[in-house]
Amino acid sequence: MIKTNNLYFRYSDEKEEDKYALKNINLHINDGEFVVIIGHNGSGKSTLSKLFNGIFYPTSGKIYIDGLDTSDEELIWEIRKRAGMVFQNPDNQLVATIVEEDVAFGPENLGLPSEVIRQRVDEALESVKMGEFKRKPPHHLSGGQKQRVAIAGILAMKPKCIIFDEPTAMLDPSGRKEVIQTIQNLNKVDKMTVVHVTHYMDEAVNADRIIVMDGGQIVLEGTPKEVFSQVETIQRLGLDVPQVTLLSHELKKSGIEVSTENLTVDELVENLCQLI
Amino acid sequence: MLRDITIGQYYSVPSSIHKMDPRFKIMGSILYLVSLFLINQIFAYAAVILFIGLVIKLSKVPLNFILKGLKPVFMLILFAFVINIFFTPGEGDALIKAGFVKIYPEGIERAFFMAIRLVLLIVGTSVLTLTTSPIELTDGIEYLLSPFKKIGMPAHELAMMMTIALRFIPTLLEETDKIMKAQMARGADFESGNLMNRAKALIPLLVPLFISAFRRADELAMAMEARCYKGGEGRTRMKVLKFTRLDLVGCLVMIVYLATCIVL
Amino acid sequence: MSINIVNLTHIYDKNTPNETVAIDNINLEINTGEFIGLIGHTGSGKSTLIQQMNGLLKPTDGEIVVSGYNITDGLEIKSKRKKVTKQEIKERKRRLLEVRKRVGLVFQYPEYQLFEETIEKDIAFGPINLGLDNETVRIRVKSAMETVGLDYETLKDRSPFDLSGGQKRRVAIAGVLAMKPEVLILDEPTAGLDPKGRDEILFQIKQLHEKEKMTVIIVSHSMEDMAKISERLIVMNKGAVVLDGHPKMVFQHIDLLEEIGLAVPQISYLIRALNQKGFNLSNDIITASEAKEALSKILIK
Repeated sequence: MIKTNNLYFRYSDEKEEDKYALKNINLHINDGEFVVIIGHNGSGKSTLSKLFNGIFYPTSGKIYIDGLDTSDEELIWEIRKRAGMVFQNPDNQLVATIVEEDVAFGPENLGLPSEVIRQRVDEALESVKMGEFKRKPPHHLSGGQKQRVAIAGILAMKPKCIIFDEPTAMLDPSGRKEVIQTIQNLNKVDKMTVVHVTHYMDEAVNADRIIVMDGGQIVLEGTPKEVFSQVETIQRLGLDVPQVTLLSHELKKSGIEVSTENLTVDELVENLCQLI
Repeated sequence: MLRDITIGQYYSVPSSIHKMDPRFKIMGSILYLVSLFLINQIFAYAAVILFIGLVIKLSKVPLNFILKGLKPVFMLILFAFVINIFFTPGEGDALIKAGFVKIYPEGIERAFFMAIRLVLLIVGTSVLTLTTSPIELTDGIEYLLSPFKKIGMPAHELAMMMTIALRFIPTLLEETDKIMKAQMARGADFESGNLMNRAKALIPLLVPLFISAFRRADELAMAMEARCYKGGEGRTRMKVLKFTRLDLVGCLVMIVYLATCIVL
Repeated sequence: MSINIVNLTHIYDKNTPNETVAIDNINLEINTGEFIGLIGHTGSGKSTLIQQMNGLLKPTDGEIVVSGYNITDGLEIKSKRKKVTKQEIKERKRRLLEVRKRVGLVFQYPEYQLFEETIEKDIAFGPINLGLDNETVRIRVKSAMETVGLDYETLKDRSPFDLSGGQKRRVAIAGVLAMKPEVLILDEPTAGLDPKGRDEILFQIKQLHEKEKMTVIIVSHSMEDMAKISERLIVMNKGAVVLDGHPKMVFQHIDLLEEIGLAVPQISYLIRALNQKGFNLSNDIITASEAKEALSKILIK
């Protein structure tokens, strides 16, 4: 679905010639995959996600979205249609004063006939469970609800892939839960390809693959178990691991034969029961 | 609370006036305003009052809710009334004569009609905003202005700007409230001092507010582009404005009304 | 006793159809030098409470006394005449500054309130409003910057807008610290920061608490953080305090906390699950290091 070849990116207002925000990124994200990109602030994770949607163009190297080259200006609208993007601040991505009008914004831009838009808007709002709020103004919704409306706005464009750029960073725990649940459903039920950028490690536990970024480069890549079991590397990069994984790691260090790949409470409980 | 301020004061009830095409309602309102300046007979005023009364009845908006809207402009109406009483010259004898102040019967008549005219004007426009949601209003304006696109009128852009402004007013009001409180917690004082000091006290509020508005604008533009927004060209709408039978009935009523006004 | 809250009630839009009770008869005693975590679901009344403690909202009923000074008194001008005199406005202003000298409040995302050309000027805004002389202001700015780990000499003349997000937030926190409050309240000081930025800020606040013996109240959504750093947790729900005590005590009420839309640290869940399997672990284990200790004892024979 997404492929990058030797991707380099430097911001146009960057004065230093060799200061790249992204360096030598080679990635291949498959159809239907749930990929989480984690990294501390300034690691380049957000920049990378904006290149996937054609908001920025590579300084050198290539990105292909569903086989389409993002540096080809003619293809840009087709690329944005296929790879939708949800941003961090729910307030700054809603355009209209009524929920359903906002969800209609994308399909309207695509020039679809009005009955098709109506149907897509209703479907999209149903799938994020916001159907009953369709006539409400956005400023009467909670952060999590607004973010779900933003997701519906992308769904109504029927993309193949959705890129989430820190969608939960500004939400409270219940808002985060709603949004994560919605994202997981999109992947599991609707088989949507999902790229989720975050710095909350607990949101990465259910991913198919985790990509860890630091200094504009990919430094670690693998399944959640493979990545989080490297506790020391992750902590050195300024990131967290789940508490259970940290505990397993500490127990192992003090000589207890516990697996370091425990990510959830249940896994560790089962593991400890075997030891006793 | 600040977030509950609604612009244009849309009064949401299901009524036949609410259901009408916003384009027709806007045009109708304009014609109504024109009619107000055509008439000068007492019968014509009666016709106008009858007409607007009928519209209000059909709209199901409570009358005192509409009349409440007159409060802020009460002084203006009073002013127009007084000016007309004193400064309308009349033939014949003055009713009251006190020094240079002269009041003629014509003055009283004119002041009376002027006040009614202003009241009718305000009531008429509030009926439009009370029965038409801001979004319908912008849609209506966009369609009505679109013929002028050929001579360079940016109809779509204007409507888009209005929509975004309406969308962000509550957000920015909330933000103003938040920044104000944050600065007050640092000892800022927005209440006392002379005019100069008060203007100066606004800097800690306005600078962060502007920075935030620019940041929001930037992010919104990015989000809109990511959702394939490329201007009005090739864009369709989910809700197509439809001229229904109801509007046709409205049209006929309007024609009858205008004819009455002209005849009288 | 540092803060005494008595029968505090706050009702928004009283006597209108939108009437909502945000604070429902709260009584709290907070001692000097305590490090308190304030948790609760969005809309539980936390933000109303902290705004009252800073004099930004006047309670409908009840009072807040900070080291003997009644901060809820004199917030409103009680004048029988319609025209308020200059004297009365001045008196109210003086009382509000007295409140803000005692209680410092750092809002959520405080970096969005920065406005001055230089970092030094921005941090000095609060102390200048308190009416301090230039030399005192300078000393306070310098020490506040040091407390949050910003170098005074290299940064004082830079624009706050050139800094990174995490650094901007520290400038904003320093702006409140420079007012030298007895009580420091922070509303989600780590929101939006990455784990490293979060740990740094929490570490600095903890240090400040230990060195200066400042009373600190942190509003937080992170149970893990609260388990690690707070000494007392106050849990709010629907405008009332439902739990109040040491985190070890509070986090044992897993069912109650979940019922009001909150959670407990992952380790608390682990301990409960292990005990159900027949492990005999103490219920007051809430951090990974405590769990490691207890489990090592059982597993290494």
